[in-house]
Amino acid sequence: MQYLHNIGTYFLMIAEMFRKPTKWSVMRTLILKDIDDLIIGSLGIVAFISFFVGGVVTIQTALNIDNPLIPKYLVGFATRQSVILEFAPTFISIIMAGKVGSFITSSIGTMRVTEQIDALEVMGINALNYLVFPKFIALMLYPFVISIAMFLGIIGGMAACVYGGFSTLEDYITGIQYEFIPFHITYAFIKTIVFAFVLATIPSFYGYYMKGGALEVGKASTTSFVWTSVMIILLNYILTSMLLS
Amino acid sequence: MIEVNNIEKSFGDAHILKGISTSFEKGKTSLVIGQSGSGKTVFLKCLLGLFTPESGTISYSGKIYSELSDDEKRNLRAEMGMVFQGSALFDSMTIAENVMFPLRMFTKQSKSEMEDRVNFVLNRVNLPDAHNKMPSEASGGMQKRVAIARAIVNNPKYLFCDEPNSGLDPKTAIVIDNLIQEITDEYGIITVINSHDMNSVMEIGEKIVFLKDGYKAWEGSKETIFKTDNEAVTNFVYSSELFKKVRRMYIEENE
Repeated sequence: MQYLHNIGTYFLMIAEMFRKPTKWSVMRTLILKDIDDLIIGSLGIVAFISFFVGGVVTIQTALNIDNPLIPKYLVGFATRQSVILEFAPTFISIIMAGKVGSFITSSIGTMRVTEQIDALEVMGINALNYLVFPKFIALMLYPFVISIAMFLGIIGGMAACVYGGFSTLEDYITGIQYEFIPFHITYAFIKTIVFAFVLATIPSFYGYYMKGGALEVGKASTTSFVWTSVMIILLNYILTSMLLS
Repeated sequence: MIEVNNIEKSFGDAHILKGISTSFEKGKTSLVIGQSGSGKTVFLKCLLGLFTPESGTISYSGKIYSELSDDEKRNLRAEMGMVFQGSALFDSMTIAENVMFPLRMFTKQSKSEMEDRVNFVLNRVNLPDAHNKMPSEASGGMQKRVAIARAIVNNPKYLFCDEPNSGLDPKTAIVIDNLIQEITDEYGIITVINSHDMNSVMEIGEKIVFLKDGYKAWEGSKETIFKTDNEAVTNFVYSSELFKKVRRMYIEENE
């Protein structure tokens, strides 16, 4: 019963988020701040993880190809497919559920605990629009992060492939160009936009409606990470079935 | 004037407010007192519109809150200033930005006009040099004064304070009390303070509403509270030896 109540409250929150917009001059500042916190602030960790996981994917693929009939360029092909279709949009989104999601839940939750949200409401401000909408807009730039993750994942794979001696640079480049289907990029960005919405709203929900003190802020962050990850995995399955099957 | 007429509020099985009626007048500092759990905070949140009573009405300058549209309610709230128990300053903003916040949200003033107004109110609460500090760098007393500055910066008609003295030393508490009373007199605001600080009651209680177990057990002023023989009030207000002595001295002096 509690789950149904939470789902209803979540959708009401989303509807309320778009009502009674905050003054544009204030909203602009909030959006820019959230772009800095959520997007720019995530680039470092995303770049680091993408580069090295791209490398690992390449090494794993290369080590599992022991049939001499399989062409060497398949390493680049497999890396490209793994990075573009799953690693960049889904794996990075799970990482972001931990980094950005926890940040959103704990910052909004702390505002709840310290009565800052009450202060907004008392002033007649639509607190959901003020707090959640800028995060939602900022995360619409999330595909930019995923593009960087795709690029660096493939570059990391190339570095591992060439410097690890698994194949030549020419083979790798041939592989990443082999049977390229542009729709796969579209598919990845459709997933990314849906995941961005999940990343902005589920952590905000757990922060905004939390009750209690500092301990509960920590618990809310953990719960938010779990549910954001679950929703990303579930939506990943549904979207893949719909778009690629 | 704020008129409260027979309001009731429950949470599940817990009946918190039981038919409270009272009124708060312009230019007067009114205190709502009572033990922890007596319903003070719920009562204040009903006045602020954060909780909706199940029955009864609250009217502001003749307008019944529950009959207002959402936009009218938001406009009315923009006329309210609130000082929270923990100050509730926005910790991502400097003190000047905190005070300027209601002006940015609700007025079309230019930046220089807003800065002038912020300078004025920060001077008024005796914080002329705190503009660029973050709330975390300010003491408890400073945070309360910033919260008062933020509450009055947009010339509110109504000022609500939830235990403004909690966590403050007695000297700072008196400074905050006097500041609230001066501002109430100066700007003709309707001020309602939730408190269980008896010093505040004696200092600034122009009107006192005593709540007990969700009922209004007594209503009066700082003058009449010395004379009352209402057992609930005397048990609460004069529970310490010091206040018992103060009361005896007051009665002896006035006999």
